[in-house]
Amino acid sequence: MTVIDAARSVRSRSRLDPALVASIVAALLFLAAAIVPGALAPYPPTALALDGALEGPSLAHPFGTDQIGRDLLSRVIFGTRESLLIGFGAAGIAIVAAVVLGSLAALGGRVVSAIVGRLIEVVFAFPILLLALLLVSILGPSAWTQVVAVGVSTAPGYARMVRGQILSAKNAGYVEAARALGHEPWRILRNHVLPNAIRPLVAVFAMALGQSIVWASGLSFLGLGVAPPSSEWGALLDAGRAFILQAPWLTFIPGLIIVVFALAATTIGTRIQRSLEKGE
Amino acid sequence: MTIVELQHATEAQSVGSALTVRGLDVGFARDGRMRDVVRGVSFSLEPGRCVAIVGESGSGKSVTARTLAGLTGHGAQVRADEISLGDSDLTAIGEREWRGIRGRRIGFIQQDALVSLDPLRPVGREIEEALRLHGWRSRSGRRRKAIDLLDAVGVPDPVRRAAQRPHELSGGLRQRALIASAIALDPEIVIADEPTTALDVTVQAQVLAQLEAAKERGTSILLISHDLSVVAQIADEILVMRGGEIVEQGAAEQVLGSPQHAYTRRLIDAVPGSRTRGERLAPQDRETPNLHLPRPESADRDGAVLEVRGVSKRFAGATAVDGVSFTLHRGETLGIVGESGSGKSTTARIALALETADEGEVRLLGRTWSGVPERDRRALRPRIGVVYQDPLSSFDPRWSVGRILADAIPADAGLSRSERDQRVVDLLAQVSLPAETRGRPPLRLSGGQRQRVAIARALATSPDVIVLDEAVSALDVSVQAQILDLLVDLQNEYGLSYLFISHDLGVIHHLSDRVLVMTGGRVVEEGDADRIFRAPEHPYTQALIRSLPTPV
Repeated sequence: MTVIDAARSVRSRSRLDPALVASIVAALLFLAAAIVPGALAPYPPTALALDGALEGPSLAHPFGTDQIGRDLLSRVIFGTRESLLIGFGAAGIAIVAAVVLGSLAALGGRVVSAIVGRLIEVVFAFPILLLALLLVSILGPSAWTQVVAVGVSTAPGYARMVRGQILSAKNAGYVEAARALGHEPWRILRNHVLPNAIRPLVAVFAMALGQSIVWASGLSFLGLGVAPPSSEWGALLDAGRAFILQAPWLTFIPGLIIVVFALAATTIGTRIQRSLEKGE
Repeated sequence: MTIVELQHATEAQSVGSALTVRGLDVGFARDGRMRDVVRGVSFSLEPGRCVAIVGESGSGKSVTARTLAGLTGHGAQVRADEISLGDSDLTAIGEREWRGIRGRRIGFIQQDALVSLDPLRPVGREIEEALRLHGWRSRSGRRRKAIDLLDAVGVPDPVRRAAQRPHELSGGLRQRALIASAIALDPEIVIADEPTTALDVTVQAQVLAQLEAAKERGTSILLISHDLSVVAQIADEILVMRGGEIVEQGAAEQVLGSPQHAYTRRLIDAVPGSRTRGERLAPQDRETPNLHLPRPESADRDGAVLEVRGVSKRFAGATAVDGVSFTLHRGETLGIVGESGSGKSTTARIALALETADEGEVRLLGRTWSGVPERDRRALRPRIGVVYQDPLSSFDPRWSVGRILADAIPADAGLSRSERDQRVVDLLAQVSLPAETRGRPPLRLSGGQRQRVAIARALATSPDVIVLDEAVSALDVSVQAQILDLLVDLQNEYGLSYLFISHDLGVIHHLSDRVLVMTGGRVVEEGDADRIFRAPEHPYTQALIRSLPTPV
């Protein structure tokens, strides 16, 4: 590489991608809200506003107030931590389960890979929400069952991805080159197959995070997640539903927040994936 | 301006030339700056003549061709003092006018017919479509004409072939169908961009014959090629391009016979073949580092290193390899030559024990190599290395060159960390790469550098045998020359034995001591390289050597 090439790659990197910048800014704001909600929120989450209940968005209450006069912006900010924990937990369970199942399906012996492969296919055939509902109805609604239900229900999709990644890494030219050098199978697996198969999962995890929050909110919205006093985003959606005609912002704004988070996570994930594919 | 160019400038103004180009510049915007990839190209193409543009990758030859077909693409800036086709001016016409000209007045043939033909449309309909777009109203007339055209370009059984889709045709038939659609409207000019590059040599000969026939019917041909022997076959005039500029231009016999420019001479010298045996192809650039890589003592220094006895392999019912036997001796290069589907690569994989033969056996250094579990082979694997056609896919994309090489050094060599690092630097020096290459990812290396790294990796285990499967086929001719020279040097230094697989007869003749000729999975002829090329005995070998374009 010459100096010109280096300069060019710096230049192309410095050219800002507006969608990516917006996503990173949004992600940082969400993180800040999760870590120090008190520093960002204008009011405590349970403080009752003096100007009354079901007020529309105004300067004092940018997101309006709810049925008992609590500031919605503050509630959204204080709900971020719980929402993100549920999202991270569910995405984490999904990815770990996917790596285990996907590796077994791709690398196991004939019997193991057939059984695990079928299991993945069967679970994958269930609609995600239906499966999550089933799990919640068995385990009983709580934040923990929400995490487990979303994680388990979304795992098969990612497991199929992992299996595909491992299979294609297994057939790659560099694996054959390592075989021709006389390297042992476990060494090839550790040095080449697993790292190359797992690497794209960084991107998948970001996307899974966004998806998990959407599914978890769906459960809360159906009253099968976190209980009402919590201001987790899905719970806010559910609480707003009763007033959807008088105070539509109570449903609309938490919904928008969920969409913004999912979009930001997905955008960051796809950009990571693209730059991995380019080999940078 | 040289005398040749001056002559050209005057000729260009003469009446009656089919295509005249003067002072063509083509630039592309990259990172907000314009970069010229073609500068000051001028030539004229007379009716019934063939002008060839020769150059290596990045020379600007394809951009020139695409520009003259109005296909430069978005973001390109084309400037020219003159581009005239007959008496029409093409310097400033828009896409709509180009559509009227392409096909009717300028036919364009691309390298890969599979990409340029619609995969869902029978090839006959493809040709009919070209006719329809240019005003052929009668459907039955179009159909008849399409079949006539396929017949004219030598497609056997044209009625049946016209109804087939591109993937149902062989590479040669597809390329001929593409030529048929390019000449359908009897254009004044046909621009052929690397028309035979992906084809086997016997098929290449047939395609060149079709272009020759079109030329005799009075069509002018602008041929773009990296292959001097193809160009020598049909060009009347040759332009040698390098880095976007013409470095030499003149009558074919003159450019090929007494090249004036040093680059042209180097290009011609770099073409391997009968006349280059035992000689260097590229100017010496390598200070032999004379590093003695440790090599294990072998039981027999002169005997057979690799013995293949009657191996056969079937895939899904089709026989890929059928009873192939050969012996590779120490320090020898055995070439396997064949066209696509001849089974030569499968044979290489069986020799490497990366493929299990259905029948027969392979012995490496006198020991059992085939028919045992991989576990028992592993200790012997370091003694046989491999270099592939596409080195990039054989490198782990996450790894730097240094890590790739360090990983290939056997763990039982008992080297300390610093000795290992030194060994990597030595290996790079062996293939004439600087030590800094260690930190680079292979993706950022040129094709030639990547192939050098692949060779260094094969050397890392101090092998006795290296299998080279089309190892120089994807390289530009001058880079190919350097790699071939390197292989010869390494063989002389270390007494390596090469099993060299290639479809390229010139490369095979240049490098091999003995040659196996394969077709349809069988070895049809085996013998000393000079004997095979001078006096081939088997009809297939004779046909293969006959179809070689005249040596430059």
